[in-house]
Amino acid sequence: MSPAAKAPAKATAAKATAARPVARATAKTAAKAAADTPKKLVIIAYSGELEKTWATMILASTSAAMAQETSVFVTFWGLQTFVKDKKRITGENWMQKMMSFMQRPGVSHRPLSKMNFMGMGPWMMFKLAKRYNVSKPKELLEMAQALGVKFYPCQMTLDMFGLKREDLIEGMEEPVGAAFALQLMSEAEASLFI
Amino acid sequence: MGKSDIKITVDASGLSCPLPIVRTAQAVKTASSGDLIEVIATDPGSVKDFQAWAKATGNELVEQTVADGKYRFVLRLK
Repeated sequence: MSPAAKAPAKATAAKATAARPVARATAKTAAKAAADTPKKLVIIAYSGELEKTWATMILASTSAAMAQETSVFVTFWGLQTFVKDKKRITGENWMQKMMSFMQRPGVSHRPLSKMNFMGMGPWMMFKLAKRYNVSKPKELLEMAQALGVKFYPCQMTLDMFGLKREDLIEGMEEPVGAAFALQLMSEAEASLFI
Repeated sequence: MGKSDIKITVDASGLSCPLPIVRTAQAVKTASSGDLIEVIATDPGSVKDFQAWAKATGNELVEQTVADGKYRFVLRLK
Protein backbone atom coordinates (compact mmCIF):
# COMPACT_ATOMS: atom_id res chain seq x y z
CA MET A 1 0.00 0.00 0.00
CA SER A 2 1.42 3.39 -0.91
CA PRO A 3 1.56 6.24 1.59
CA ALA A 4 -1.11 8.04 -0.47
CA ALA A 5 -3.71 5.40 0.28
CA LYS A 6 -2.78 5.21 3.95
CA ALA A 7 -2.68 8.97 4.50
CA PRO A 8 -5.22 10.57 6.83
CA ALA A 9 -8.49 12.01 5.57
CA LYS A 10 -7.20 15.55 4.91
CA ALA A 11 -4.27 14.41 2.77
CA THR A 12 -6.51 12.05 0.78
CA ALA A 13 -9.01 14.83 0.16
CA ALA A 14 -6.22 17.03 -1.20
CA LYS A 15 -5.09 14.19 -3.46
CA ALA A 16 -8.61 13.64 -4.70
CA THR A 17 -8.91 17.26 -5.86
CA ALA A 18 -5.74 16.87 -7.88
CA ALA A 19 -6.87 13.51 -9.21
CA ARG A 20 -7.92 13.30 -12.82
CA PRO A 21 -11.40 11.89 -13.34
CA VAL A 22 -11.23 8.93 -15.71
CA ALA A 23 -14.93 8.80 -16.43
CA ARG A 24 -18.12 10.47 -15.40
CA ALA A 25 -19.88 8.71 -12.59
CA THR A 26 -22.65 6.41 -13.67
CA ALA A 27 -25.95 8.23 -13.72
CA LYS A 28 -28.43 7.40 -11.00
CA THR A 29 -31.01 6.46 -13.61
CA ALA A 30 -28.69 3.83 -15.05
CA ALA A 31 -28.29 2.30 -11.62
CA LYS A 32 -32.04 2.16 -11.22
CA ALA A 33 -32.47 0.58 -14.64
CA ALA A 34 -30.42 -2.48 -13.61
CA ALA A 35 -32.65 -5.52 -13.56
CA ASP A 36 -33.97 -6.61 -10.20
CA THR A 37 -34.25 -10.24 -11.22
CA PRO A 38 -30.75 -11.70 -11.29
CA LYS A 39 -29.28 -12.78 -14.60
CA LYS A 40 -28.10 -16.35 -14.95
CA LEU A 41 -24.88 -17.84 -16.25
CA VAL A 42 -24.23 -21.53 -16.86
CA ILE A 43 -20.76 -22.91 -17.45
CA ILE A 44 -20.22 -26.45 -18.67
CA ALA A 45 -16.84 -27.36 -17.19
CA TYR A 46 -15.87 -30.11 -19.61
CA SER A 47 -12.09 -29.79 -19.91
CA GLY A 48 -9.50 -30.62 -17.31
CA GLU A 49 -6.54 -28.55 -18.49
CA LEU A 50 -5.06 -25.83 -16.32
CA GLU A 51 -5.75 -22.91 -18.66
CA LYS A 52 -9.38 -23.91 -19.19
CA THR A 53 -9.88 -24.58 -15.49
CA TRP A 54 -8.52 -21.11 -14.85
CA ALA A 55 -11.01 -19.59 -17.30
CA THR A 56 -13.89 -21.45 -15.64
CA MET A 57 -12.89 -20.30 -12.15
CA ILE A 58 -12.32 -16.66 -13.15
CA LEU A 59 -15.66 -16.41 -14.97
CA ALA A 60 -17.61 -18.29 -12.29
CA SER A 61 -16.28 -16.18 -9.41
CA THR A 62 -16.68 -12.90 -11.31
CA SER A 63 -20.19 -13.80 -12.44
CA ALA A 64 -21.20 -14.46 -8.84
CA ALA A 65 -19.51 -11.21 -7.81
CA MET A 66 -21.72 -9.45 -10.38
CA ALA A 67 -24.76 -10.84 -8.56
CA GLN A 68 -25.56 -13.31 -11.33
CA GLU A 69 -26.97 -16.72 -10.44
CA THR A 70 -24.09 -18.91 -11.50
CA SER A 71 -24.17 -22.67 -12.08
CA VAL A 72 -21.35 -24.89 -13.24
CA PHE A 73 -22.16 -28.33 -14.68
CA VAL A 74 -19.05 -30.43 -14.14
CA THR A 75 -18.53 -33.28 -16.55
CA PHE A 76 -15.93 -35.45 -18.25
CA TRP A 77 -12.34 -34.24 -17.73
CA GLY A 78 -13.73 -31.31 -15.78
CA LEU A 79 -14.65 -33.74 -12.99
CA GLN A 80 -10.96 -34.47 -12.40
CA THR A 81 -10.59 -30.83 -11.35
CA PHE A 82 -13.15 -31.29 -8.60
CA VAL A 83 -11.58 -34.38 -7.03
CA LYS A 84 -9.95 -33.53 -3.68
CA ASP A 85 -6.34 -32.40 -4.14
CA LYS A 86 -4.98 -35.00 -1.75
CA LYS A 87 -6.70 -37.91 -3.51
CA ARG A 88 -4.10 -39.75 -5.54
CA ILE A 89 -5.81 -42.80 -7.02
CA THR A 90 -9.53 -42.93 -7.74
CA GLY A 91 -11.75 -45.54 -9.36
CA GLU A 92 -12.97 -49.05 -8.66
CA ASN A 93 -11.42 -51.17 -11.40
CA TRP A 94 -7.89 -51.25 -12.86
CA MET A 95 -8.80 -49.11 -15.88
CA GLN A 96 -10.27 -46.32 -13.78
CA LYS A 97 -7.35 -46.53 -11.35
CA MET A 98 -4.88 -46.45 -14.22
CA MET A 99 -6.52 -43.31 -15.63
CA SER A 100 -6.21 -41.46 -12.33
CA PHE A 101 -2.62 -42.71 -11.99
CA MET A 102 -1.72 -41.38 -15.45
CA GLN A 103 -3.25 -37.99 -14.70
CA ARG A 104 -3.29 -36.88 -11.11
CA PRO A 105 -6.71 -35.46 -10.16
CA GLY A 106 -7.35 -32.25 -8.20
CA VAL A 107 -7.62 -28.53 -8.96
CA SER A 108 -3.96 -27.96 -8.07
CA HIS A 109 -2.68 -30.67 -10.41
CA ARG A 110 -4.04 -29.62 -13.79
CA PRO A 111 -1.79 -30.06 -16.83
CA LEU A 112 -1.43 -27.46 -19.59
CA SER A 113 -2.74 -28.42 -23.04
CA LYS A 114 0.42 -26.91 -24.54
CA MET A 115 3.94 -26.83 -23.11
CA ASN A 116 3.13 -29.08 -20.18
CA PHE A 117 6.66 -30.59 -20.17
CA MET A 118 5.89 -33.15 -17.46
CA GLY A 119 4.61 -30.44 -15.13
CA MET A 120 7.32 -27.85 -15.78
CA GLY A 121 4.81 -25.69 -17.71
CA PRO A 122 2.22 -25.50 -14.90
CA TRP A 123 5.01 -24.92 -12.38
CA MET A 124 6.18 -21.90 -14.37
CA MET A 125 2.61 -20.68 -14.79
CA PHE A 126 2.12 -20.71 -11.01
CA LYS A 127 5.45 -18.90 -10.57
CA LEU A 128 4.28 -16.19 -12.98
CA ALA A 129 0.85 -16.04 -11.36
CA LYS A 130 2.48 -15.40 -7.99
CA ARG A 131 4.74 -12.70 -9.41
CA TYR A 132 1.81 -10.87 -11.00
CA ASN A 133 -0.57 -11.40 -8.08
CA VAL A 134 -2.92 -13.59 -10.10
CA SER A 135 -5.05 -15.96 -8.04
CA LYS A 136 -4.69 -19.69 -8.63
CA PRO A 137 -7.69 -21.76 -9.77
CA LYS A 138 -7.95 -23.29 -6.28
CA GLU A 139 -8.28 -19.86 -4.64
CA LEU A 140 -10.78 -18.71 -7.26
CA LEU A 141 -12.78 -21.90 -6.75
CA GLU A 142 -12.99 -21.21 -3.02
CA MET A 143 -14.09 -17.62 -3.69
CA ALA A 144 -16.69 -18.82 -6.18
CA GLN A 145 -18.09 -21.24 -3.62
CA ALA A 146 -18.14 -18.53 -0.94
CA LEU A 147 -20.05 -16.26 -3.35
CA GLY A 148 -22.66 -18.96 -3.91
CA VAL A 149 -21.71 -20.53 -7.25
CA LYS A 150 -23.36 -23.95 -7.56
CA PHE A 151 -21.27 -26.81 -8.90
CA TYR A 152 -23.22 -29.81 -10.20
CA PRO A 153 -21.30 -33.03 -10.91
CA CYS A 154 -22.47 -35.18 -13.81
CA GLN A 155 -23.74 -38.54 -12.55
CA MET A 156 -22.89 -40.47 -15.72
CA THR A 157 -19.25 -39.34 -15.74
CA LEU A 158 -18.91 -40.03 -12.02
CA ASP A 159 -19.99 -43.63 -12.71
CA MET A 160 -17.74 -44.03 -15.74
CA PHE A 161 -14.65 -42.80 -13.88
CA GLY A 162 -15.62 -44.78 -10.77
CA LEU A 163 -15.69 -41.60 -8.73
CA LYS A 164 -17.57 -41.54 -5.44
CA ARG A 165 -19.29 -38.50 -3.99
CA GLU A 166 -16.68 -38.41 -1.21
CA ASP A 167 -13.83 -38.25 -3.76
CA LEU A 168 -15.08 -34.78 -4.73
CA ILE A 169 -14.45 -31.53 -2.87
CA GLU A 170 -16.87 -30.35 -0.20
CA GLY A 171 -19.78 -28.08 -1.03
CA MET A 172 -20.83 -29.49 -4.39
CA GLU A 173 -24.47 -30.01 -5.29
CA GLU A 174 -26.07 -33.42 -5.76
CA PRO A 175 -25.10 -35.17 -9.05
CA VAL A 176 -27.37 -34.43 -12.01
CA GLY A 177 -27.84 -35.41 -15.66
CA ALA A 178 -27.81 -33.82 -19.10
CA ALA A 179 -31.48 -32.86 -18.98
CA PHE A 180 -30.89 -30.83 -15.83
CA ALA A 181 -27.93 -29.08 -17.48
CA LEU A 182 -29.97 -28.29 -20.59
CA GLN A 183 -32.80 -26.94 -18.48
CA LEU A 184 -30.36 -24.65 -16.64
CA MET A 185 -28.99 -23.43 -19.98
CA SER A 186 -32.43 -22.78 -21.45
CA GLU A 187 -33.18 -20.42 -18.55
CA ALA A 188 -29.82 -18.63 -18.59
CA GLU A 189 -28.79 -15.41 -20.35
CA ALA A 190 -25.47 -16.99 -21.28
CA SER A 191 -24.03 -20.51 -21.36
CA LEU A 192 -20.39 -21.38 -21.85
CA PHE A 193 -18.83 -24.71 -22.76
CA ILE A 194 -15.27 -24.72 -21.49
CA MET B 1 -16.78 12.67 -0.95
CA GLY B 2 -15.40 12.90 2.56
CA LYS B 3 -13.47 10.03 4.00
CA SER B 4 -15.82 9.94 6.98
CA ASP B 5 -18.79 8.98 4.78
CA ILE B 6 -17.06 5.81 3.62
CA LYS B 7 -18.35 2.67 5.38
CA ILE B 8 -15.92 0.12 3.95
CA THR B 9 -12.60 0.45 2.17
CA VAL B 10 -11.45 -2.42 -0.05
CA ASP B 11 -7.74 -2.27 -0.74
CA ALA B 12 -7.18 -4.27 -3.91
CA SER B 13 -3.79 -2.69 -4.65
CA GLY B 14 -1.51 -5.03 -6.56
CA LEU B 15 -4.28 -7.54 -7.21
CA SER B 16 -5.05 -8.74 -10.72
CA CYS B 17 -8.38 -9.42 -12.38
CA PRO B 18 -10.84 -10.60 -11.13
CA LEU B 19 -9.77 -10.00 -7.52
CA PRO B 20 -10.71 -6.29 -7.20
CA ILE B 21 -14.29 -7.15 -8.23
CA VAL B 22 -14.49 -10.38 -6.22
CA ARG B 23 -13.11 -8.70 -3.07
CA THR B 24 -15.59 -5.85 -3.48
CA ALA B 25 -18.49 -8.29 -3.88
CA GLN B 26 -17.37 -10.06 -0.71
CA ALA B 27 -17.10 -6.76 1.16
CA VAL B 28 -20.53 -5.43 0.16
CA LYS B 29 -22.15 -8.50 1.70
CA THR B 30 -21.58 -6.93 5.11
CA ALA B 31 -22.83 -3.47 4.03
CA SER B 32 -26.37 -2.17 3.81
CA SER B 33 -28.34 -0.08 1.32
CA GLY B 34 -27.02 3.46 0.88
CA ASP B 35 -23.57 2.65 2.28
CA LEU B 36 -20.54 4.08 0.51
CA ILE B 37 -17.80 1.62 -0.43
CA GLU B 38 -14.36 2.80 -1.44
CA VAL B 39 -12.13 0.58 -3.58
CA ILE B 40 -8.45 1.20 -4.23
CA ALA B 41 -6.95 -0.75 -7.14
CA THR B 42 -3.85 -0.67 -9.30
CA ASP B 43 -5.18 -2.88 -12.10
CA PRO B 44 -5.88 -0.59 -15.12
CA GLY B 45 -8.55 -3.07 -16.28
CA SER B 46 -10.55 -2.33 -13.14
CA VAL B 47 -11.78 0.98 -14.64
CA LYS B 48 -14.03 -0.72 -17.18
CA ASP B 49 -14.66 -3.60 -14.77
CA PHE B 50 -16.13 -1.37 -12.07
CA GLN B 51 -18.31 0.44 -14.59
CA ALA B 52 -19.60 -2.98 -15.72
CA TRP B 53 -19.99 -4.19 -12.15
CA ALA B 54 -22.02 -1.13 -11.18
CA LYS B 55 -24.24 -1.57 -14.22
CA ALA B 56 -24.76 -5.28 -13.56
CA THR B 57 -25.43 -5.02 -9.85
CA GLY B 58 -27.37 -1.73 -9.86
CA ASN B 59 -24.99 -0.16 -7.35
CA GLU B 60 -24.08 3.41 -8.17
CA LEU B 61 -20.53 4.37 -9.13
CA VAL B 62 -20.45 7.86 -7.63
CA GLU B 63 -16.78 8.64 -8.02
CA GLN B 64 -13.91 7.37 -10.08
CA THR B 65 -10.45 8.92 -9.99
CA VAL B 66 -6.84 8.03 -10.66
CA ALA B 67 -3.76 9.42 -8.94
CA ASP B 68 -0.21 8.06 -8.68
CA GLY B 69 -1.15 4.86 -10.50
CA LYS B 70 -3.92 4.14 -8.00
CA TYR B 71 -7.50 3.93 -9.06
CA ARG B 72 -10.13 4.95 -6.56
CA PHE B 73 -13.77 4.01 -6.92
CA VAL B 74 -16.59 5.07 -4.65
CA LEU B 75 -19.76 3.05 -4.89
CA ARG B 76 -23.12 3.55 -3.25
CA LEU B 77 -25.00 0.35 -2.51
CA LYS B 78 -28.51 0.17 -3.89
